[in-house]
Amino acid sequence: MTVAAAPAVGERRLTIAEALREAIAEEMRHDEKVFLIGEDIGVPGGFGGAFGVYLGLTEAFGHDRIIDTPISEKALAGAAVGAALMGMRPIADLQYADFLFECMDELVNQAAKMRYMSNGKLSVPMVLRCPVGTANRGAQHGQCPESYFVHVPGLKVVCVSDAYHAKGLLKSAVRDNDPVLFFEHKLLYGSKGREQAGGMDLTAHVPEEEYFFPIGKAVVKREGTSVTVVATHMSFYRSLAAAEELANDGIECEVIDPLTLLPFDDETIFASVRKTGRLVIAHEDTLTGGWGAELAARVAEECLFSLEAPIRRVTSHDVPLPVAPVMEQTVVPSTARIKAAIQRCCEG
Amino acid sequence: MSDGARVGSAEPDSAELTADVDATRQLDLYRRMQFIRRFEERVYLLYLQGEIPGTLHQSQGQEAVAVGVCDVLRRTDWITSTHRPHGHALAKGVDLRSAMAELFGKATGCCGGKGGSMHLGDPSVGMLPAIAIVGGGNTVVTGLGLAFKLMRTDQVAVCFFGEGASNEGAFHEGLNFAAVQHLPIVFACENNLYGASTPFHQVSLVPDVASRAPAYGVRGEIVDGMDVLAVREAAGRAVAEARAGAGPVLLEFKTYRFAGHSRGDVKGYRSREEEAEWTARDPIVRLREHLASAVEEVVLDAMDAQVEAAMDDAIEFARQSPLPRAEDALTDAYATVISRETSS
Ligand SMILES: Cc1ncc(C[n+]2csc(CCOP(=O)(O)OP(=O)(O)O)c2C)c(N)n1
Ligand SMILES: [Mg+2]
Repeated sequence: MTVAAAPAVGERRLTIAEALREAIAEEMRHDEKVFLIGEDIGVPGGFGGAFGVYLGLTEAFGHDRIIDTPISEKALAGAAVGAALMGMRPIADLQYADFLFECMDELVNQAAKMRYMSNGKLSVPMVLRCPVGTANRGAQHGQCPESYFVHVPGLKVVCVSDAYHAKGLLKSAVRDNDPVLFFEHKLLYGSKGREQAGGMDLTAHVPEEEYFFPIGKAVVKREGTSVTVVATHMSFYRSLAAAEELANDGIECEVIDPLTLLPFDDETIFASVRKTGRLVIAHEDTLTGGWGAELAARVAEECLFSLEAPIRRVTSHDVPLPVAPVMEQTVVPSTARIKAAIQRCCEG
Repeated sequence: MSDGARVGSAEPDSAELTADVDATRQLDLYRRMQFIRRFEERVYLLYLQGEIPGTLHQSQGQEAVAVGVCDVLRRTDWITSTHRPHGHALAKGVDLRSAMAELFGKATGCCGGKGGSMHLGDPSVGMLPAIAIVGGGNTVVTGLGLAFKLMRTDQVAVCFFGEGASNEGAFHEGLNFAAVQHLPIVFACENNLYGASTPFHQVSLVPDVASRAPAYGVRGEIVDGMDVLAVREAAGRAVAEARAGAGPVLLEFKTYRFAGHSRGDVKGYRSREEEAEWTARDPIVRLREHLASAVEEVVLDAMDAQVEAAMDDAIEFARQSPLPRAEDALTDAYATVISRETSS
């Protein structure tokens, strides 16, 4: 179990976008086989990627290693898979995770299965960065589709929600010898997210020295004894907010950010549930077949007799995403819904 | 390695294109086509007898394409293949015994029994596990070419695909991306007139896949896929262009599969006349006739016998090989095993 240390005052704090940029630059300097590929990532006078993560990198590394593709997600994913098979370490960019469905074959049939079909002779060391999350963009630019990929043996699935782990995990992902899907929430990149997330400080301490954070490890970000809350991305911050409010009522939440969904760090969750006897899972992905269902099943299999109340899930409702803010906020898990679920779980 | 297996090697012994294809070289092309033909025929019988599990997609009739293209490739060049990969695999140099054992589902197979007929391949000779998703190779191959370009090697990648795959979105995205990046790739379309039971004219108003090339700014060429010398010549030029950095080429080989689409296909969708027309152009018979003036009949017969002996050897090898251990099914999903026990 890893408990994140609170950063000392005055230490360097970065946004997730800055931390990711730093991780990419470090890895590109470390290994000339690392390159970037995506749409609108390096065009002179362009955007530096849909969320500005690549700004300045073309100047530093040149167009040979920052490859702008046509709007062809199958080609860009296929190119990443093929280049990885030849020993390169591509970091591919999808602009919006919703576009994953354009390249499902390249990811699910090719990237995930080449090692296996070749009896272990081939590797696919690629990273695919996928921005997720509701941000008033509607049904086709706001999904959190990470659970689809948790179902695919051969892939690894990472969800980051703070700058420290974003950097450490991206560096581990680049050096990993298996394909990693790296899910980042659009509202958590930087300052804009701070407002929309209710004024929370979304920067985190990122040391100057190089470090890695391992794939497959969850982090207990708030310790507590009453109930275990496992949540990713925005739902993680809303869970923290709910935990603060509930502390006034004497409910001490242990809030865990799983960070990697595949392979899942079962043991950290099991240990926490054995201590608290209660589990709430919160994610912005929809309910049915979401990763929370898998986690609930595992906890039921391994920790049933430690549970004192039914497991509760707080997720987006099973509908496409609407745009109108009042409807959108009804669909995604709010702090209030998470808080209510925790209270209900603690009553049982 | 036994004598039979060595004689039976399908591997090209020289990879460079020489304008002059002398009789010795032609004899080698003959041997390697015969090698594929006899492999396909023998494995079909073994399949019917229940020794080979699963399904088979055979390539009798298309041998000239596999052999002619792979003859101009180096061992360090790569190919991607399809659900119909036996010919490509043998032509690129996948060891006969390990290919046979793979079809038998044995531990000694080139994919340890995890791939089977539709995923034959061997990285050590430059062949990815064959991709059985129609069009699947057309995007992945761009990454091979991109890696060669970024690493500044002079390797080339060849993507084999059927005319049916040209109607997949992957065909468009892969070719266009390869074109704008000037990647060292040859897209080798085997137009055997049918995608499973569907005739190409029913699914494309343009009869020639190569005619789509100008839309991408690449060179396209139609080639007689029943003539191994024509295939070799056209492939040699295309590979040389790609290797020199001139970007991808789209070659379309007009060919025909003599067998059904997969095992048990009674071919009710095509006429016996059409079949006769194409079998009259059998690439192996054609080359044998062409060679008759330069090579004695007994030499060719002896070569056929060697091929047959290599098949016997490989089949015996596959039969005698151990099955994979059941628990091997749980390795190689990841670099390090992370599979979780099921609860039951
Ligand atoms: C994406 C996809 N769709 C459908 C199939 C089923 N299928 C397998 S082979 C085949 C025909 C392919 O035709 P073509 O590309 O011309 O290759 P050929 O079989 O003629 O060698 C089809 C439809 C598949 N394997 N993959
Ligand atoms: Mg066809």
